[in-house]
Amino acid sequence: MNSTMQPQTAAPAIFHVHGVSKIYRMGEVDVRALDGVDLDLYAGEFAVLLGPSGSGKSTLLNIIGGLDAPTSGNVFFGDWELTAANDATLTRFRRKALGFVFQFYSLIPSLTARENVALVTELVDNPMTPEDALALVGLHDRLDHFPSQLSGGEQQRVAIARAVAKRPSVLLCDEPTGALDSRTGRLVLETLVHVCVDLSTTTVVITHNAVIADVADRVITMHNGRISGMRRNAIKKSPADLEW
Amino acid sequence: MRTLDHKLLRDIGSSRGQIVAIALMVACGVALFVAMLTTYQSLERSQRAYYDAARFAEVFAHATRAPRSLGPRIAAIPGIDALQMRVVADVSLDVPGRDEPATGRLVSIPERSRPPLNDLFVREGRYLQPADRTQVLVSEAFADANGLRVGSTIGAVINGRRQRLHVVGIALSPEYVYAIRGVADIWPDSARFGIIWMGEQALSAAFDMKGAFNDLAVTLTPGIDTQTVIERIDALLARYGGLGAYDRTDQPSHRYLSSELSELRVSVVMVPAIFLGIAVFLLHLLLSRQVGTQRAQIAVLKAFGYANAVIGLHYVLFGLLIVAIGAVLGIGAGLWSGWKLTHYYAVFFHFPILRYHAGIELLAATVMLVILAGVAGSLSGVRAAVMLPPAEAMRPQPPARFRPSIIERIGFRRVLSVPTRVVVRNLERAPLKALLSCTGLALGVATLVVGRSTYDALDLMLTHQFYAAEREDAVVAFDRTLPLRARWELGRLPGIIRVEPFRAVAVRLRSGHHSRRVVLIGLEDDASLRRIVDLRGRVSRPPRNGLLLTGKLAQVLGVTPGDRITLEVLEAAKPTMAARVVATVDEPIGTTAYMELGALDRLLREGPTISGAYVAADARDRNVLNAALKRLPAVAHVAFREQTIENFRSTIAEVLAISTTLLITFASVIAFGIVYNTARIALAERGRELAVMRILGFTRGEITLVLLGEQAVLTGAAIPAGLALGYAISLSLSVAYSSELYRIPATVSRATGAFALLVIAGAAFVSAFLVRRQLDSLDLVAALKIGE
Ligand SMILES: Nc1ncnc2c1ncn2[C@@H]1O[C@H](COP(=O)(O)OP(=O)(O)O)[C@@H](O)[C@H]1O
Ligand SMILES: [Mg+2]
Repeated sequence: MNSTMQPQTAAPAIFHVHGVSKIYRMGEVDVRALDGVDLDLYAGEFAVLLGPSGSGKSTLLNIIGGLDAPTSGNVFFGDWELTAANDATLTRFRRKALGFVFQFYSLIPSLTARENVALVTELVDNPMTPEDALALVGLHDRLDHFPSQLSGGEQQRVAIARAVAKRPSVLLCDEPTGALDSRTGRLVLETLVHVCVDLSTTTVVITHNAVIADVADRVITMHNGRISGMRRNAIKKSPADLEW
Repeated sequence: MRTLDHKLLRDIGSSRGQIVAIALMVACGVALFVAMLTTYQSLERSQRAYYDAARFAEVFAHATRAPRSLGPRIAAIPGIDALQMRVVADVSLDVPGRDEPATGRLVSIPERSRPPLNDLFVREGRYLQPADRTQVLVSEAFADANGLRVGSTIGAVINGRRQRLHVVGIALSPEYVYAIRGVADIWPDSARFGIIWMGEQALSAAFDMKGAFNDLAVTLTPGIDTQTVIERIDALLARYGGLGAYDRTDQPSHRYLSSELSELRVSVVMVPAIFLGIAVFLLHLLLSRQVGTQRAQIAVLKAFGYANAVIGLHYVLFGLLIVAIGAVLGIGAGLWSGWKLTHYYAVFFHFPILRYHAGIELLAATVMLVILAGVAGSLSGVRAAVMLPPAEAMRPQPPARFRPSIIERIGFRRVLSVPTRVVVRNLERAPLKALLSCTGLALGVATLVVGRSTYDALDLMLTHQFYAAEREDAVVAFDRTLPLRARWELGRLPGIIRVEPFRAVAVRLRSGHHSRRVVLIGLEDDASLRRIVDLRGRVSRPPRNGLLLTGKLAQVLGVTPGDRITLEVLEAAKPTMAARVVATVDEPIGTTAYMELGALDRLLREGPTISGAYVAADARDRNVLNAALKRLPAVAHVAFREQTIENFRSTIAEVLAISTTLLITFASVIAFGIVYNTARIALAERGRELAVMRILGFTRGEITLVLLGEQAVLTGAAIPAGLALGYAISLSLSVAYSSELYRIPATVSRATGAFALLVIAGAAFVSAFLVRRQLDSLDLVAALKIGE
C-alpha cells in the first residue's frame, strides 16, 4: 500500500478492518469474495465504497455490520472486536450503533411510515421521534401512509428515516439508489449527506456508480475482493449537481 | 423441463421437515382408515366363514318335551334345509377352585358323528368317543376362565344326581361365540356360565328324554320367508310346550356379536372416515399455502415463457410426491395394524377362522381420494400465482395493502407495541388465510376430542349403569320362579341389609311386523337398589297399567307412549295379550321392558312370584354370605357387583379400548402435523420480514414472538372452536353408535378437554422450538439479496 492511501485526518478511526478474507466454498471451487482487506473508517466521514458488481462490496459491508462473519481476519469497532462477538452481542451492537439502508427498502409492509420508524425507535434509549426523523427526510406529510401507498423513493427515504431515527453512530447503505431513477436517487443521496452532516454520523455508501462517488469525503475502490484504490475528494459535489 | 425438475428436487429438499409432517398426517389418516376398515371387513368375513363352516342354524326353537318322531314332519316344512333335534338343559356345576356355583348348559351332540348343524371346533383334545358316557367337551371361554384343561373333572347336578364329567376336549361353537344365558342377561359371563357338550345317549338318559328332544335348530333354503317357517314350527311344537321359534336376530350370541360388530363398524368406519376427511382437508390447505409461498418464483417462470400447464404440473408433482409418501406409509402401516387388530379381535371373539381381507377397491379408493386432495391442493395454491401477470415478477413486488386493524381503530392503538401491531395486522390482512389456519388447528383439537371421548362415554355408561341404575351389591337369580316369601328367607342370610325382589319373564313384543324377544322385568314400586333411570338421572317408576320400554326398544318396535302392542309371554301358561306402552326411558344399555311387580303377577295370572332379588349386603360378611347362598338349592347364580363391573370392562370396554388407543395416537400425530405446518408456513411467508427486523436490531426472542404470537392467537382461537366441533362430532357419532346392545352417550369430559389442550399445547411448544431453531439460523444476508 502506498502512502497516498494513508488517511490524513484528525478524526479517530471507529472501524478497523484487519486482513479480512471471506471465502465461499462452492463445491470444488472456492470463491474469494474478500481477499485480505485492510481498512479504517473514521468518525463522521462520508465514505463511498465503489466497485463493479461482484467485487465484494456487500460482503465487506455485511461483515462490518455484524451480519456476516469473515473466514479470517478481524474487525474492531473502537476497541471492541466484532469478529469475536456472539450473536446476542452483535444484535445489541446493531441495535445501538448501526443504521442500515438497503437497495430494496425492506420496509415492513404491515406498518405505516411512522410505525416503520417507531419499530426501531422503541428499541433504543434516546431516539428522535418518528415524526422528526420523517421530517428530516422530507416526509412529514406521509406519516400514516403504508409502504404500498408510497413511491419507491419515498419508501427508501422512510428506510433512511428508520435508520437514522435512533441516532446511530454509523449508517451503512448498500446501493441505496440502485432501484431508483436518477432524480429520485439524487433526492435520497441528498438526504444521506444531510444526515451525515447534521448528525455527524459516519456514513458508508456502496455503489457501482462512479458519479455518486463525487459526493463523498473519501472514495474506496474495490476489485476482486481487494481494495484497489482510495482517494479523498478535495471538493465534494452536492448531490443536486450530479448527472447520471 | 429438466431444470424445472432440478428445482422440484431442491424445493423438496429444502422443505423436507414440512413434507415429512404433511406426509405423516396423510399417512395417519390413511393408516387409520385402512386398518379399521380391513379389520371390520375381515371380521365380517371371518364371522361368515365361521358360520358357514360350522353350519350355524338359522331358526331356533325350544319345547318342554317333543317326540323325535316329529322330525320328519318338521323337515317337511317347505324351506327347511336341515334340522337338528337336541336335548339342552342348564345344570348347576361344581368347578374345582370356584366358590360360587356356576351354571353349565348341557347340549347334546351325536356320539358317532359330528353334529349336522352348529358344529364344534375342537381347539384342544378330541371329539367324543362313544364308549364313555361321562365324556364332555367344554366351551373355550369357560375353560379359560376356570382353568379347565383336557383331563379335568367337573361335578354336575344332573336331574338331582351328582355326576362327574370328564373333559376330553375344549371347543368353540358359532351358537355360543358369546355364552349368554338367556334374554335376561345382557353380558356374557364366561366365568360362571359355560357350555358343556355331552353325548346324546347319555344326556337323554339322564333327563329322561329318550326318543325326545327339547331344542330344535334348523337351516333354511335360501330365499325363503323366515317368518312363515317360524309359524309352521310354532304350530308343530305348540302341543309340546314350544316357546316360540326365533331367528338369528333373537339368538343371544348372534345378537350380541352383531351388536359388537356394528359397534365396531361405527368406530372403524365413521371415525376413521372423519379422520381421513380431516387429513385430506388439511393436505389441501397446507399444500395450497406451501405452493403459495412460491408465488414470486412462479411469476418469474411465467415471465420467462413457461406455460401455465408446465408450471402447474411442476407443483402438482410436488404435491403428488408428498401424497405418495403419505399414502404408501399409510397403507403399509394400515395393513399391518389392520392385520394385528383383526387378530386381536378374532382372539377376543374366539373365532376359530380368520380371514384377513384388504379389498383392493378400498385401497384404490383411499389412494384416489388422497391423490385428488393432493392435486387439488397444489393446483389451488398454484392457481393464484399463475393468474398473476408475468410483469409482476419484473419489479419488486408491491408491498401488500395494509390499514390499521379494527382493534387499533377502536382505540387500542396506544396499547399495542409496534411488533404486536405487526401480528394483529398480519392476521387482519388475510382473514381468510387466518380463518383456514384456525380451522385446521381446530380440526386438530376436534380429532383429539373425538378420539378420547369414547372413553368418556364408556365411563358415563359405567357410572350410570352401576351407580345410578344398579346399586345392589349382588343379584341373586333363582333357577325357577319362587313364591314371594322367598325374599324373607334371603333376608335372613348373614350380612343381608336389604332385599328387592324382581320377576323376569321372557316375552315377545310385537307391533306391526316388528317384533323382539326381550325380558320383561317386574320391580317393586319403591325399589331403590335397582332403579329405572335415564342418562340425565331422572328416575321412572315401574308402571302398574302398562309397559315402560327402553327408548331404543320402542324405536325398534316403532312405538311411542300411548301405543298398544302385543305381548306374548314365552313361559308358563304363555298368555298373549295386548299391552299399552306407558312411557319410555333412555337407558344406555340393553333393551328391556318394565312393569310393577304386582301388576306383572296379575298379568301372568300367577300369585306373587319372584325370579330373584337385588340385595344390599354388608361387605364384611361377603364370604359367609357366599357360602350360605351356595347352599340354597334354588339359587341358580349370584352376580356380585364388582364382578359384573369387571365383566363390563373386559367385554364392551375392551372392544373399544384398542381402537380408541389407535385413534388417539393418530389424532395426536395429526394435531402435531397441523400445528407444526401452520408455523412452518408462517415462517416461509414471514421469513424475509423477520430477517429485516433482525438486521434492524431485534433479538431472536423478539422476532420469535412476532412469528409465534400470530400462531398463538390462531391456536388460542382454534381451541374453543375445536372443543365445540369435537363435541358436535361426538354427538353425531353417538347417534350412529346406537345399537340394541348399548347406546354410547355423547359426552366430553373435562379430562378429554384437558387432554386435547395438553396435546395441542405440547405440539405448539415443540413446533415453537423447531421454528425457533429455524429462526436462529435465519440467513440475514440472503434476505437482503432478494427483491421481494
Ligand atoms: N452466499 C454466497 N455464496 C457464494 N458466493 C457468494 C455469496 N455471496 C456472495 N458471493 C460471491 O462473492 C462475491 C462478492 O459478492 P458481493 O459482495 O455481493 O459483491 P458486490 O460487490 O456486488 O456487492 C461474488 O463473486 C459473489 O458471487
Ligand atoms: Mg452488492
